Amino acid sequence: MNQESQQPSSRGSATELVRAGLKRRYAREKRFRLYGLTAIFGSLAFLAVLIISITVRGLPAFQQTFIQLDVTLDAGTLGLTDNPDNAALLKANYNGVIKKALLASFPDVKKRNDKKALYKLMSKGAQYDLQRKLIADPELIGQSKTYWLPAGDDANGYMKGIVDTTLPEKKRRFKDNQIAWVETLKSEKRIAQRFNKTFFERGDSREPEMAGIRGALFGSILTLFVTLMLSFPVAVAAAIYLEEFAPKNKWTDLIEVNINNLAAVPSIVFGLLGLAVFINFFHLPRSAPLVGGLVLSLMTLPTIIISSRAALKSVPPSIRDAALGLGASRLQVVFHHVLPLALPGILTGTIIGMAQALGETAPLLMIGMVAFIVDVPTSLTDPATVLPVQIFQWADLPEKGFVERTSAAIMVLLAFLIAMNAFAVMLRRKFERKW
Amino acid sequence: MNTSLLILLICVITALAYVMGRTRAQRYRNSGNPADHPHSLPRYYGYMVALWAGLPALLVFCLWTMFQQKVLTGIVAASLPAEFHALPSGQQDLVINDIKNIAIGNMSQSAADSIRADAAARYKSLIELAVWLKAGLALLVGMVGLLWGLRSVFPAKRARVFVERAIMFFLIACSSLAILTTLGIVLSVLFESMRFFGKVPFTEFAFGLHWSPQTPIRADQVGSSGSFGAVPIFAGTLLISAIAMTVAIPFGLMSAIYLAEYASKSVRAWVKPLLEILAGIPTVVYGFFAALTIAPLLRGVGESIGLSVASESALAAGLVMGIMIIPFVSSLSDDVITAVPQAMRDGSLGLGATKSETIKKVVIPAALPGIVGGVLLAVSRAIGETMIVVMAAGLAANLTINPLEAVTTVTVQIVTLLTGDQAFDSPKTLAAFALGLMLFITTLILNIIALRTVRKYREAYE
Repeated sequence: MNQESQQPSSRGSATELVRAGLKRRYAREKRFRLYGLTAIFGSLAFLAVLIISITVRGLPAFQQTFIQLDVTLDAGTLGLTDNPDNAALLKANYNGVIKKALLASFPDVKKRNDKKALYKLMSKGAQYDLQRKLIADPELIGQSKTYWLPAGDDANGYMKGIVDTTLPEKKRRFKDNQIAWVETLKSEKRIAQRFNKTFFERGDSREPEMAGIRGALFGSILTLFVTLMLSFPVAVAAAIYLEEFAPKNKWTDLIEVNINNLAAVPSIVFGLLGLAVFINFFHLPRSAPLVGGLVLSLMTLPTIIISSRAALKSVPPSIRDAALGLGASRLQVVFHHVLPLALPGILTGTIIGMAQALGETAPLLMIGMVAFIVDVPTSLTDPATVLPVQIFQWADLPEKGFVERTSAAIMVLLAFLIAMNAFAVMLRRKFERKW
Repeated sequence: MNTSLLILLICVITALAYVMGRTRAQRYRNSGNPADHPHSLPRYYGYMVALWAGLPALLVFCLWTMFQQKVLTGIVAASLPAEFHALPSGQQDLVINDIKNIAIGNMSQSAADSIRADAAARYKSLIELAVWLKAGLALLVGMVGLLWGLRSVFPAKRARVFVERAIMFFLIACSSLAILTTLGIVLSVLFESMRFFGKVPFTEFAFGLHWSPQTPIRADQVGSSGSFGAVPIFAGTLLISAIAMTVAIPFGLMSAIYLAEYASKSVRAWVKPLLEILAGIPTVVYGFFAALTIAPLLRGVGESIGLSVASESALAAGLVMGIMIIPFVSSLSDDVITAVPQAMRDGSLGLGATKSETIKKVVIPAALPGIVGGVLLAVSRAIGETMIVVMAAGLAANLTINPLEAVTTVTVQIVTLLTGDQAFDSPKTLAAFALGLMLFITTLILNIIALRTVRKYREAYE
């Protein structure tokens, strides 16, 4: 320090200059760090808001309101004759007995309009519940029993507190008299929230309280099955060739450029390809999991190829040399030694590719998987829809019940994605080897 | 005989072939005579015979399945009376469809006239015959292949070489599929686009300022005649992508810098995967969130400060899309920044620069080509993104740069044009393919430039 102060004044002034600027520069340094932190926290905060808002919206959908009714399944109201066959049981007037039971519970309802409002407390699906019970056990005809039957969308919304009762009656779909009836039922403990089994047991429906994700879930499973069966072997074969055997020439260069490019082509373009080639040229059925799987496997191929190549590359050359030295052929080296060692990495990449395919919507819209389909698909050529497309369809519907069901379906989809990714991470942690 | 049974039978023949080939080779091996010792391990003879038995049978099966319908339809159509052949092709298709529906039983027989009913009966019997012929031929080919394969099981036969060649062929075929896919995309999109440009001149499509693709469904309908000026759509796509990038670039780049240069190892290990969750969430979820939460929020905020915000504003879709893209920008930039050699940082720090000065003056300029490449990839992602804009952006093609108004994008138009009910060769559906072609070309160019820059950058430091 002493020496420094004896330096000529020009050096001294340089130090002074630096010193004078230090405060400003440190402040700038701090600010820069702060920007970085803000960016990270901003992104994570958005993630949190997204997940919380969907969970808050979706959770109520796992509960559904049921109303207890004393229903008499008398043959007269049902419109059944003695010893009815199945067809007659299917067509019987279940609505009639439900209406009767409702009127019996609220005997003072006399006016036509009031009656109509009263009937609306029940879901249109209530009749199908009765229908199923009666077909399972035709002995029930003529008997009087208590049943818990699903409530309609508005009553369901009221029970969950979604209906804004502070609005004037005219602006509400759920009227004052309906609220009074629900309150009576509540005080008699005849209305209750239960776990929403329908959501997992049924296919799509126009009535929110009857709509479920079973059809979409099965469609997704069938589609992913096709995708996996096609893309996994092909991708692994391609990766093996490119990584282990391919000579360095124009052709392999072209293949490589193509794969990298396909990985970045917008997914909707694959949908156009599927529409033009599989549907219009080969006349495969529209909306079928088979076509969906074909399109998605073309789309996931590059992802799996790229990660499989990385996995193969990480196997050290000494393994190959040792096997070759012991007299194995080049294919034996790969299939007996390199591939088993690279398999965990390949599987991780495959699972991530499958997760991507599970969340994909746009190309499936192109090949017609947007149709309204109630039945659960059972074969690869049945018309089907998949979970993300179901979410897309429900998101467009105005009913309150569908908003919560959309969010609930998103929760199911995200749960599957998280499970798949967690499995991939676990696989990597467990089998990852540092050579 | 149904399809799965036939496939099962082919599998059984293949398995049988394997066992037979293997035992025959094993017999040579056990004979003890050195001259009879087979060239390869017995299982390779098994594989060889199995290939001979299974592959030709499978090939027959696939080809037959692909062409059965076309051939049968042709036979039935040829047998129809002359009035049928005088009909325009659209109506011919309808008649054929009727016949098929009657044959499957989707349409009641009584609703059809006698000609159709007869044709349907013929079609039905042809199908039954075809199914049996297919099964018979496939199984016959399988058996012949098996015998042929067995004949080539003798000690001097180099079975392993044969099998390995077959496998090698399969590997090459699989890796060439990528080229086939690209070719398929280019051809299918190009072919339909050509048909579109045959009906609508290219200049109108590329420079026209008015987009309303509603063409009359029937020829005698009055009203909209359809106009296909795509400029408003391109402008809308650019607007939304620009909004997305103004969100994604600063957020993505700053988080990458912080994670690469400042964060401790454990923070990095936690934050990086968390950020990547953003990229793993399906886009339909983002779309739902944008339409249901962000758009009303923006509208409310706009109203409170006296701005009118459209309920399907470009801003809402762009913002959410930008957030979706953050992880792309951040993980690509992160790779690039960590690849900058430590010596460059040390030099700068040694001269007395602060860390942020080092980053701004040394690291970022050195990493710039790579970052630009990453950003270009992100832009191509934004342009091609579909579900967010389908759910949160508008349908009407407005030519505007006001982010508070509703605009539409290329992908939205493709989806809406192709999910409606229109004849497949109407200009409306063909327009979707023309838009798809534009989309493919744009993203292709962006991708190629981006991949080139990133690769060049890597080479510079490795």
